[in-house]
Amino acid sequence: MPLRLEKRAEPSKAMLYLTPVAAVLLTALVGTIVFSLIGYNGLVAVREIFLTPLTNPLKWQDLAVKSAPLIIIAVGLAVCYRANVWNIGAEGQYVLGGIAGTGVALLTRDMSGPWILPLMIAAGMAGGMAWAFIPALLRTRLKVNEILTSLMLTYVAIQLLNYLVLGPWKDPMGFGFPQTRMFTADQMLPRVVPGTIIHLGAPIAIVVALVMWFLMSRSVFGYQVKVVGSAPYAARYGGFSVNRTIWMVLLTSGALAGLAGVLEAAGPFGRLVPSFPTNYGFTAIIVAFLGRLHPIGIVFAGLALSIVVVGGEVAQTTTGLPPAAVGIFQAMMLFFLLASDVLVRYRVRWRSPVTAEAAA
Amino acid sequence: MNSDLLIAVIITLVGASTPILIAALGELVVEKSGVLNLGVEGMMLIGAVVAFAVTYHTGNHWLAILAAALAATASSMIFAFLTLTLSANQVATGLALTIFGTGFSALFGQAYTGRPIAIFDSVFPDELEQHPVWRVVFDHSPLVFFSLFMVIAIWWFLQKTRAGLILRAVGENDLSAHSIGYSVIGVRYAAVAFGGAMAGIAGSCFPLLLTPQWAERLTAGRGWIALALVVFAAWKPFRLLAGAYLFGLVMAIELYTKASGSTGILPSEFWAALPYLATIVVLVLISLRRSQNSAAPACLGKPFLPTQ
Amino acid sequence: MTLFTRRSAIKLGAAGLLLPAVGSLAFAQEGPLKIGFVNVGPKDDNGWTYGHWVGAQALEEEFGDKVEITFVESVPEGPDCERVLRELAQQGNKIIFATSFGFGDYVIKVAREFPDVIFEHATGYQRSENVGTYNARFHEGRAVMGTLAGHLTETNTIGYIGSFPIPEVVMGINAFTLAARKVNPDVNVNVVWLSSWHDPAKEADAARALIDQGADIIAQHTDGPAALQVAEERGIIGGFGQGADMSAFAPKSHLSAIIDVWGPHYIDVVNDVLAGTWESDDSWPGIAAGEVVIGEYNEKIPAEVVAAAEEVKQGIIDGSLNPFTGPIVDNTGTERVPAGQTLDDAGLWAMDWYVEGVKA
Repeated sequence: MPLRLEKRAEPSKAMLYLTPVAAVLLTALVGTIVFSLIGYNGLVAVREIFLTPLTNPLKWQDLAVKSAPLIIIAVGLAVCYRANVWNIGAEGQYVLGGIAGTGVALLTRDMSGPWILPLMIAAGMAGGMAWAFIPALLRTRLKVNEILTSLMLTYVAIQLLNYLVLGPWKDPMGFGFPQTRMFTADQMLPRVVPGTIIHLGAPIAIVVALVMWFLMSRSVFGYQVKVVGSAPYAARYGGFSVNRTIWMVLLTSGALAGLAGVLEAAGPFGRLVPSFPTNYGFTAIIVAFLGRLHPIGIVFAGLALSIVVVGGEVAQTTTGLPPAAVGIFQAMMLFFLLASDVLVRYRVRWRSPVTAEAAA
Repeated sequence: MNSDLLIAVIITLVGASTPILIAALGELVVEKSGVLNLGVEGMMLIGAVVAFAVTYHTGNHWLAILAAALAATASSMIFAFLTLTLSANQVATGLALTIFGTGFSALFGQAYTGRPIAIFDSVFPDELEQHPVWRVVFDHSPLVFFSLFMVIAIWWFLQKTRAGLILRAVGENDLSAHSIGYSVIGVRYAAVAFGGAMAGIAGSCFPLLLTPQWAERLTAGRGWIALALVVFAAWKPFRLLAGAYLFGLVMAIELYTKASGSTGILPSEFWAALPYLATIVVLVLISLRRSQNSAAPACLGKPFLPTQ
Repeated sequence: MTLFTRRSAIKLGAAGLLLPAVGSLAFAQEGPLKIGFVNVGPKDDNGWTYGHWVGAQALEEEFGDKVEITFVESVPEGPDCERVLRELAQQGNKIIFATSFGFGDYVIKVAREFPDVIFEHATGYQRSENVGTYNARFHEGRAVMGTLAGHLTETNTIGYIGSFPIPEVVMGINAFTLAARKVNPDVNVNVVWLSSWHDPAKEADAARALIDQGADIIAQHTDGPAALQVAEERGIIGGFGQGADMSAFAPKSHLSAIIDVWGPHYIDVVNDVLAGTWESDDSWPGIAAGEVVIGEYNEKIPAEVVAAAEEVKQGIIDGSLNPFTGPIVDNTGTERVPAGQTLDDAGLWAMDWYVEGVKA
């Protein structure tokens, strides 16, 4: 083989930043080809999906609204993954956040006051934490793999949602439709940019990212997470409790996923419906990786993925593309990123004949 | 309960259990080799849409199943290349594969929405198939018999053949297997490919056995149940068979609970959540009985990193 | 983090400011009347959405180049539809037809933001200045189907696959059962609720479950032929096409169909809008006006049964027969409509009870 992989002395910083960008560009390129092969106008489809959300000012509000939950969840997941704790159940924690917030909303529906919304948000975070509590407990006490427990709990959460919305929480004025009552004005997120649908969730997402950046880079907590993740034995010698770290990261990411859930429920949804789970919890995993587990990177990655989602929705009305098809792009971005990760750790070298003989 | 209803329930049960059994058998082999492939749902959807398309165009069910297996295997190779050759994170890659498969099947299947195809029915003669009693045994598609055969075949492969032993060794202690001279990566590639093929065949059950129409999300999350099933069965093939039918029974109860109008004491959502809850309970039980070997292959989910 | 110097931030920001210029070039506003359709299922469902597709085709035939139609499929009832409605309005559509009950709240919300766009909501009940509702008296068709079912059933058990227990569906079940029991007082109707308008897998499962419980005729209020396919496969007496003729899917079991014909209403709306005379209204015609058409009768149905069904149909057309004529007793024994009286439209919309013989 004329090409050879040579391990770098230390991971390449340039590649670290270039590879996510390259992944997005490659995805656009391959996407054009694939879609053209299937029979869609590849260039139009890719333009709608990648470019229109950026060039059409009317779509920017959609970007803000769609990327906010992704960023919030992904920031929490990144903390977990840095500690080598594989929380896959963010979708379930997100749903529980929505459920908890809705529960408060339904209890307070005849009351008013500015204290209702913060209470709902707190409840949402608590709900998400509660759902992350179980995998944390099972992992620290019984060494049960958190990948499986958190994943299973996601589907339990979805069934719980269905039960509540179709049963005890069904809107009595809703003609039997599976939905809860609509939230009152006090219970819904205020719009922060007048004339648009951009709600409080967007600035909250930025704040969350900044706070987590600070925590991860400047605080003992951040240091502890990183050490436990990359060198658990060293961590123990250093006095860091691995179990305590596992608890902290899981509860943090559960709280953040729950926060995203209640913000979505009180924002774009305005009530709870069976279609509340929109896969944000899983897409956020891609966002976390694409953002290289760094809060600021995640903001950009969240935007990138929401561009694709919003673009897919535009393409739905203009080219008839089924929105689920954007999953192909999201997956491709991650595939390319993971593949190009190799370039971070290894250098590609041409094998010159002299060197080959010398090595033999 | 009259016998007609019982027989009908059994046949429904078999229909529900077969796809998850086939997918879980494939994933069992994959996990025994130490790899965790969360992309099962995506691969099943790819298999489902390809099987549908091929049946629609050629009317040949066998060809459709083969095509489904090949398509899903191809997709599993993306996963294999990323996780085995490039040592990428298995969890993220598997999830990406699921998202990819969902999107691919949505895109590809769009052209086929609303078109009907013929069901892949039993190949036994009509007298046996419609016999009031014996139809319990005979009124099943070949896919059902395939699934039962594979349970035995996989058990035999894992326990009684050298190749199976190597596979298990690779899953339990990859470094030792490597030092003896076995190609850990090669074995895992083969396992992942097998898992892909089985997932594709499982996916083909949906349009060919259950719903002869295309709709997005046709597999309705059964891929995740298959993953749960592998753990629930503690990675043993015969327990997998029992577990698949148990899960199938739970799914049938969920359906009948909805169908009988009243919800009874337990809502249908409880039954829908039961397979997942049961799996968590089993995980806890396995961990509690630590005196025995932990049933999970020791290297599950960890990348193979030889120390040079 | 060398990427985040002030200089690079300014460069990025400047580049970002150029984007709208690229985008706004693409959005000119002239030409034909743009009409949008938002549908809950795919146009190939061979049922409900297909009926609206046929209606949209009628518009194209009638108005040709004067209209430009965007037909968006498979939009779930929830925030997604709000987004699609907004997207269509932003794209310059002046008339938007929302063809599913669950779109109602969102139609009202988006209509407020676009007061110069006309919205028509099918099967809904909420109106505003620029939102009208339209519907068809499907329950008249159900009465005819019920007559057929009552005569043909041998087990006296009929399965009914319902979507959501909203008044429209309940009306259908009740009209069907009343008509069936008129000719066969021993008929029982078992209802299964799918909580979905279009889910072939669930419909097939439900059909199988109902047949296992002894039903030999299946009716459904869902949008596809899956139940009929199961009926054909199991060889039971039969089922009915819903929204369109579905005999292609089940030639032996397809007894007849209720066919929705939306074309005339759509043409009326467009004419009104073009003439500037459109007003928010509730349009609810039935068989007599040609909006509900009874499909062809299966060859295997005996002539006297066909005659009985036709008699019911004629009675409805000339006004001598109202499917909801008293005495009507509900399935708890309470009398709902006294003898000699009929249920008016308000009574139909308030229907949250089932007639005797229905197990829901």
